[in-house]
Amino acid sequence: MISFTLNGQKTDVDVPPEMPLLWVLRDVLHLTGTKFGCGMALCGACTVHLEGSALRSCITPVSAVEGKAVTTIEGLAPKEAPHPCQRAWVELSVPQCGYCQSGQLMSAAALLSAKPEPTDDDIDTAMSGNLCRCGTYPRIRDAIHRAALLAKGGRP
Amino acid sequence: MVAPFLALVLSQAHPFDDVARVLLHPRCVNCHPAGEAPLQTDASRPHHQHVTRRIEALGTHCTACHRPNAPQGVGLPPSAAEWKMPSAELPLVFEGRSPAQLCDQLKDPARNGGLSPEALREHMAHDPRVVWSFSPGPGRTPPPLTHPRFLEAFEAWLQQGQPCPKEAPKVPKSKAPAPAERPR
Repeated sequence: MISFTLNGQKTDVDVPPEMPLLWVLRDVLHLTGTKFGCGMALCGACTVHLEGSALRSCITPVSAVEGKAVTTIEGLAPKEAPHPCQRAWVELSVPQCGYCQSGQLMSAAALLSAKPEPTDDDIDTAMSGNLCRCGTYPRIRDAIHRAALLAKGGRP
Repeated sequence: MVAPFLALVLSQAHPFDDVARVLLHPRCVNCHPAGEAPLQTDASRPHHQHVTRRIEALGTHCTACHRPNAPQGVGLPPSAAEWKMPSAELPLVFEGRSPAQLCDQLKDPARNGGLSPEALREHMAHDPRVVWSFSPGPGRTPPPLTHPRFLEAFEAWLQQGQPCPKEAPKVPKSKAPAPAERPR
């Protein structure tokens, strides 16, 4: 039995310790917001937070999160008070097909936690591990700047 | 009798030679680059995905992808505990160093992370990233010595007082004939 905190709730799963966290999230716990992309930590679609930092869940054995706090896109913020990134994403209509966007949002949220007012270069550096085959990168960058403003209580 | 003696003398390797052969191998150099980006593959090219040491301050650590106990295979991120680059303040550069330069750097606590010989020995023997580098999995060439053989060479270098090789003398550029003067 592996125990960890998932989106603020204590969670126990009876799975092999080497099972990737992504499989546990999607197939065992049915939280399908986190996506499978490459399965090799190369595309960022599976990004979640471990203790607040970005983590590629597809190559992380679930045993690695024992006793720790995991946050997925479902737990990034309550529905009634979306995360500034989620608000900015909606405002600027960032997604196209949308498949990569939960991973993009999780990486963006981790970036803003670490650096509340990132520069373009900060954004390019922090987000380069998240691929978008629709090429929404310019809108993602704009949305992160917008989210930084929203997080500061900037004019909606 | 002279020739065999000379041959023996000339064949005497410097105590740092084997250490340098390992430390200047891509498995070691790739995490000790001269620039801001870690290096990848046996060609020591800059890390894909625009990764630099700056990501650590931007919400993503090296361990986001380089996880201990993660599956290993061609194209998968190498993994060992505590995967990270040296800091910008103390970059511990191996890339581009000559054996003599690397030797001087390695025994200078101001440039080696404040490590005593004992701490250096510990790093080489037990640091999980160093241990990984000798068994890097499919698709990556291991250093030219096994880990036990490297530790023997490192210990011998320590025991001999950390001697450093001398730089090979450089040929002054003015001595080289200009292209037009070269015999055809």
